[in-house]
Amino acid sequence: MAFVQMVDKNLPPSRYQAVKFGMWIAMVSITMMFGAFTSAYLVRKPVGNWYEFKLPSQFFISTLILIASSFFMEWAFRSFKHGKEKNYKLGLGLTLLFGIGFIIAQVISWNALFDQGITIDLNVSGSFLYVLSGFHALHVIGGIGALLVSNFVAFGDKFELSQLRLLRLDLVRQYWHFVDILWIYLLVFLMLQ
Amino acid sequence: MSSHHTETKEQDYLIESQGYDDHFHEHHHGDKFQMNFLTTYIFSQDHKVIARQFLITGIFWAFIGALMSLVFRIQLGFPDADLIWLKPFLGKWIVVNEAGIGKLEPEFYYALVTMHGTIIVFFVLTAGLSGTFSNLLIPLQIGARDMASPFLNMLSYWFFFLSGAVMFYSLFLSTGPFSGGWVAYPPLSALPQASNGSGSGMTLWLVSLTLFVVSVLLGGINYITTVLNLRTKGMTMWRMPLTIWAFLVTAILALLSFPVLASGFFLLIFDRSLGTSFYLSDIFVNGQILDRIGGSPILFQHLFWFLGHPEVYIIILPAMGLVSEVMAVHARKPIFGYRAMIYSMMAIGFLSFIVWAHHMFMAGVNPFLSNFFVIFTLIIAVPSAVKVFNWIGTLYGGNIRLNTQMLFCIGFVSMFISGGLTGIFLGNSAIDIQQHDTYFVVAHFHIVMGVAAFFGMFAGIYNWFPKMFGRFMNDTLGKIHFWITMIGAYAVFGPMHYLGMAGVPRRYYRFDLFDAFSGFDAMNKFITIAAIITFLAQLVFIVNFFYSMYKGKRVTTQNPWQSNSLEWTTPIDAGHGNWPGKIPTVHRWPYDYGKDEREFVQQHIPLREGEQHSSH
Repeated sequence: MAFVQMVDKNLPPSRYQAVKFGMWIAMVSITMMFGAFTSAYLVRKPVGNWYEFKLPSQFFISTLILIASSFFMEWAFRSFKHGKEKNYKLGLGLTLLFGIGFIIAQVISWNALFDQGITIDLNVSGSFLYVLSGFHALHVIGGIGALLVSNFVAFGDKFELSQLRLLRLDLVRQYWHFVDILWIYLLVFLMLQ
Repeated sequence: MSSHHTETKEQDYLIESQGYDDHFHEHHHGDKFQMNFLTTYIFSQDHKVIARQFLITGIFWAFIGALMSLVFRIQLGFPDADLIWLKPFLGKWIVVNEAGIGKLEPEFYYALVTMHGTIIVFFVLTAGLSGTFSNLLIPLQIGARDMASPFLNMLSYWFFFLSGAVMFYSLFLSTGPFSGGWVAYPPLSALPQASNGSGSGMTLWLVSLTLFVVSVLLGGINYITTVLNLRTKGMTMWRMPLTIWAFLVTAILALLSFPVLASGFFLLIFDRSLGTSFYLSDIFVNGQILDRIGGSPILFQHLFWFLGHPEVYIIILPAMGLVSEVMAVHARKPIFGYRAMIYSMMAIGFLSFIVWAHHMFMAGVNPFLSNFFVIFTLIIAVPSAVKVFNWIGTLYGGNIRLNTQMLFCIGFVSMFISGGLTGIFLGNSAIDIQQHDTYFVVAHFHIVMGVAAFFGMFAGIYNWFPKMFGRFMNDTLGKIHFWITMIGAYAVFGPMHYLGMAGVPRRYYRFDLFDAFSGFDAMNKFITIAAIITFLAQLVFIVNFFYSMYKGKRVTTQNPWQSNSLEWTTPIDAGHGNWPGKIPTVHRWPYDYGKDEREFVQQHIPLREGEQHSSH
């Protein structure tokens, strides 16, 4: 029912679907990039000269923070769809805070690695860990940028349930879940290795 | 004049009565994008303008890339010639000895070869070909107002422009541009101290190509999304022109392979600047052993060719699509084997991802692994042969208009056969022991993806010039351009097969000093002269292109080639949004030529009473 009351912001439904589809395609190409990194990892590892070390436990804390932020994002999106302005604002704000929290936790993890003596140029096994988590963090920072804009809109503009705003929020949500799942994939990959 | 006037009227009536109303013009979308000079011509979001930007930038780069090849061809054909006349252009790269004889600096020879490859492969045949025609034709031929995201589409062009600007700047560095070959294998690409070009030249090369990857991805996301989501009513997938199918498969390939190249580049950047050892191990530079151990240069080759092989299909598939479409229109016949064409494109696209190691047979890949790659490589011959058979089947019994674009289509098929056959030689890892890194390889890929792709591009340019600029290109000049290019290309690359069989290696600065290769002096001279003549023919094209843009014969009818696809239902000078009123609805496939005594039936014309769909 919510859709019926929406103000038309010059956005035909076909365009809504097309833009969302475009985001899926973009996600496929990012997946290919990380797929290449992990494949390179698998190709490089059996060659030898590979230091084994334990993943710092801080990585698991950061994972929990990121998963929590994904839940807040979903809550914010659903609240927006049902016109619950307060919950929507609160959810978006919390998503942003937890997103930043994730980056801080990652930095702490890298420091823990560094304290173990594992620098980026020590051995290629460590280099891969920095590359995988680093490029993932860059993608999260991109998402944080989008969340910042969403928060400005949420707290700055008048609440309005339009197709255009729904689409924009939907895109942020889609991307945010994606970087969350991407990180879980990378972590499981690193744990299995 | 009056007859086509009524024809136009009838067409407009059909679109208005049958068409689909998307309320486009009520919102003044179109005008929002074109408010002033800057938004109309520079930062335009109209796909037709972006297509022309891609085309003209591509022509600029083709000119630069071709000039470079002339310089190194002169070096190879006339190694003792005095090149002092090039000093005004190349400056310190022409070294003058005591006798006053100017010589091309060997280091710069490598830079020229590297830049020629990079520029032609990426800037001309990827951006210039697929960028131009995907942008121009996708919205027009599927009946869309514009791309799914006109803004990202604009960014796609400007990332390409920026990428080109960075590469252009690198040409003027005091240490020269990157000179380690367009494939940028480490360690030459990974160690700044490895050669002159490996320093700042390589850094800029990486920056430029990373920007280029962004451009390709932004474009590709748009092409796929637009084709799958924004087709007009009645335009089912099986009613799309083959051009659109080709662009779709191309964009999918690009989207899956370019990110992998980006990954390879990022690891390379870390090796260069952060001291990691992804690709480096046991290296001596100037007698010093480096402390970089454990890396694998083969790893870069895997990542590079995982892009590199799909990349050759990213180049050739759009050309195939353009040729299929232009050929059907000008043979006045339905394309032979429409579905077979599509399935073979899909098969080629799929296979292109599992053959990359055939570029690495001699690089230390396990010979047992090579067997798989040999088999898959040779299987590509099957869908390729299906396509060739279908093109010939289309021509057979056709009422052929032998105009410039048709000549280039036939030339394309000729080149594709010649180059494809040598591919079967090179796809065998055993024969590769002799042929790898020789002029046989150079001849093969120049014919099959260089010249053939250029021919597809020329066919497209001559055919859609009236849609792009509202004027025709001169057909006589076009035919002169075609015949010299056709004969010239074979004269340049034909003898190279022979050189390669004899073992003449590629990327050598001169051959006359080697006993084994000094017997080929006359042949190298011949190739160089043929290259110069072929280049001059391209000037005929460039003159024709720019002259026709302003002074060519005006297009007076909406559908000058009497073609079926939707782009010819738009006004001659279509504004943003393409159709002034409603979008046409599609009732049939695009190849109804010579059906029921009618010479051609456009896609938006409904079936007559009792008329059956053409089975395809």
